[in-house]
Amino acid sequence: MMQRTITPAPVRKSVRVSAPRERAFEVFTAGIGRWWPKTHHIGTADLDTHIIEPRQGGRWYERCVDGSECDVGKVLVWDPPARLVLGWQLNADFKYDPNLITEVEVQFIAESPSDTRVELEHRNLERMGDRADTLRQRIDAPDGWGGLLQLFAQSATQKQGTTS
Amino acid sequence: MANAHSSFAALSDPTRREIFQRLQSGGRSVGEIARDLPVSRPAVSQHLKVLKDAGLVADRADGARRVYHIDPKGLAAIRAWLDQFWDVALQSYAAEVARSEKER
Repeated sequence: MMQRTITPAPVRKSVRVSAPRERAFEVFTAGIGRWWPKTHHIGTADLDTHIIEPRQGGRWYERCVDGSECDVGKVLVWDPPARLVLGWQLNADFKYDPNLITEVEVQFIAESPSDTRVELEHRNLERMGDRADTLRQRIDAPDGWGGLLQLFAQSATQKQGTTS
Repeated sequence: MANAHSSFAALSDPTRREIFQRLQSGGRSVGEIARDLPVSRPAVSQHLKVLKDAGLVADRADGARRVYHIDPKGLAAIRAWLDQFWDVALQSYAAEVARSEKER
């Protein structure tokens, strides 16, 4: 079958926060349990918190309310307060896969003493395509990727209701 | 070229989600898609153009007709999902920074 494969570009995001970059870095890492969307987690029990161990090679994992822990990835670069590179090791089934690493690079750029621009890049997404068959099934399933399309629908509705 | 805004915007429209969903079961021409949906052919073409610009579908010539399909590896959809996920996560992060700064 002749089909053109789309190689995904990295996901790039930028957000400005009203805090010095030391603080912005601290909230992103030590405080990840307070902002990580509770709806997105991999354990079977309810999510308790997210933890990034503050060192290169540190674990990035979530803990559920029943005490169980699930790996998300690891810290590839720990360079506070300027830069953080996390290895996102969840595959297309949203399961931890030690053989898969996609990189999430986060840069904290001081725009003023009290304002920081946070730039995030999630790259190497094509590595998620190594198991194409599984992926197709996941995407086709009604609950694939946490109900991918439903999520878009919900977010679109929410966006209309807020001013950003 | 897919970009951050367009994949989200492309799938925030219910008709385009419907079209995208149908293409997941295999490639289809504009005529085939229009036959299944209460939407005119020109409208379907327009929706496909948006999906194509967002990097969510691709097309190829099949004789005289053009067949649209989604990336067989599903990567475009995953990218779109992550794109939307990081939007939500970073909004939540920025709100948490603001909240914690206020407490200090």
